[in-house]
Amino acid sequence: MSQATQPDERVREMSKLRKALIRPELGGIVGTVAVFTFFILFAGNSGMFNAQGVMNWSTVSAQFMIIAVGACLLMIAGEFDLSVGSMIGFAGMMIAVFGVTLEWPMWMAILMTFAICVAFGALNGYIVVRTGLPSFIVTLATLFILRGFTIFIPQTLERKTIIGGIREAAEGDWIAPIFGGTIFQGFFQWLGDMGVIDVFQRGNKQGQPVVDGIPMLLVWAIGLVIVGHIILTRTRFGNWIFAAGGDAQAARYAGVPVNRVKILMFMFTAFCATVFAVCQVMEFGSAGADRGLLKEFEAIIAVVIGGALLTGGYGSVIGAALGALIFGVVQQGLFFAGVESSLFRVFLGVILLLAVILNTYIRRLITGER
Amino acid sequence: MQPIIEMKDIQKHFGSVIALAGVTVNFYPGECHCLLGDNGAGKSTFIKTMSGVHSPTSGEILFEGQPMQFGDPRDAIAAGIATVYQDLAMIPLMSVSRNFFMGNEPITSKFGMRFFDHEHANETTMSEMRKMGINLRGPDQAVGTLSGGERQTVAIARAVHFGAKVLILDEPTSALGVRQTANVLATVDKVRSQGVSVVFITHNVRHAMAVGDRFTVLNRGKTYGTANKGEITPEELQDMMAGGEELATLEGSLGGTV
Repeated sequence: MSQATQPDERVREMSKLRKALIRPELGGIVGTVAVFTFFILFAGNSGMFNAQGVMNWSTVSAQFMIIAVGACLLMIAGEFDLSVGSMIGFAGMMIAVFGVTLEWPMWMAILMTFAICVAFGALNGYIVVRTGLPSFIVTLATLFILRGFTIFIPQTLERKTIIGGIREAAEGDWIAPIFGGTIFQGFFQWLGDMGVIDVFQRGNKQGQPVVDGIPMLLVWAIGLVIVGHIILTRTRFGNWIFAAGGDAQAARYAGVPVNRVKILMFMFTAFCATVFAVCQVMEFGSAGADRGLLKEFEAIIAVVIGGALLTGGYGSVIGAALGALIFGVVQQGLFFAGVESSLFRVFLGVILLLAVILNTYIRRLITGER
Repeated sequence: MQPIIEMKDIQKHFGSVIALAGVTVNFYPGECHCLLGDNGAGKSTFIKTMSGVHSPTSGEILFEGQPMQFGDPRDAIAAGIATVYQDLAMIPLMSVSRNFFMGNEPITSKFGMRFFDHEHANETTMSEMRKMGINLRGPDQAVGTLSGGERQTVAIARAVHFGAKVLILDEPTSALGVRQTANVLATVDKVRSQGVSVVFITHNVRHAMAVGDRFTVLNRGKTYGTANKGEITPEELQDMMAGGEELATLEGSLGGTV
């Protein structure tokens, strides 16, 4: 053991810069820089980077971010949730049914929807933990069950699959603006008055800025990213999330309540899906039975672009947020750049592949996997 | 000296299979007690009974003289019985310091909220690792970059740091090379000198002879009794593990290196 006090000559010294660069988010950072460079070059003059354009792609990115945060923490805890998209449709429909069809006050409809959806998340988690089945299968079942209810309930009650009138029903409510409103309106008015951002030239909105404030959707996205990041990296619970996904059995032997962690993460994913749904119905003023289709995959793609390991135990919320940003910027940017919209999927596939290859390389550097 | 754990006539049946047919062993503080046996001898069942994974079908477990009933492994850990499993000791994707404090995270309060105390965790991990002779690049180095022997050493250091009085090592050296094995055995020696009772499970007689103070051989769910160091030769242990003579001739032709 005498030689062991000297540094192992086979461990290479790493430079400070290399150490600072080699982190789970690196793939996401590189991707973000690449995507922005690309669109500044090819769509710089298209209005993509004026106030309206920025608001356009940041809103889309924020939507992805909200569901990506939940999917990210759940994936790090070692599980998947394929029912996110259906949950979005279901949650929106529940708000419409409670708030419009049953004419409950909107705050009650929203809180009830949160309770039901988070309970479904808990059920997902409970079944996965209890049966030991892959969450892939369990939540695939939930995907169909929830989508089925989302179509069946409005069909039965209203004989249609789209329920409108939500904005009217939410008028004057105290919870609804937390999801549907905008903040810093005065600041944006001032920016408009100063000529920093454009104002409407005619019509009944004449003199108002084209962007009237920061949508609450964006506030939720940033808030969830910050909270998710702090929980994951700075708390005891975060350590349990990593441990549960890294090796559930080893974590159990060390006294980590793995089942509780996993169920809570399923609940959090459902919570994020519901936040998405409430923001969406407040914006559209209606709930549709086909809302949220394929959102589960978009969330998972954002998380994977952001450097998380599909099999769990490794990842970063900041990375997932960058993945969502890349996703949103590419989707909207191609429109600004005038690229045929069907090519969006080609772009997405290429980015996904490149990101996963880069992330795998980075992860091997960090964890010593072979 | 009072034994820290007394296992009295432990029987464990799984349906019609008798895994343990009445095993009696005592473990003392500050000794390394080697539990030897071939595959299927009942070693794993025996230590799982000690560590609260299984409850015995019959028999009695005394811990520090008191009868103990462990409902699950957490009870055993709380009492001070830690088990280091061969391949389940560490999580390779996580950093050494996150692994070290897994399940025992240090907490600091800021703004009325409770946070993982990374500063304390990192400092403690580095100093504990230095004591064990492992040089880390940093506390955030992933366990996956450590060798198998280093992982075992981290797991042992962790168990001792969190107050293990009994440390059960499940075949810690079976997958290791020569140098790594030597390092782990040296770690066992350090831990023993701190007064911890080490239960060392192995089927390698040479590893057992290197650190063991006492030896118990299990064969087909029964024990052949316990021998002290110096009272038994490696050849005798080997024969007892094999449960007969047929290995002896084989061993001769292999030059006694099994």
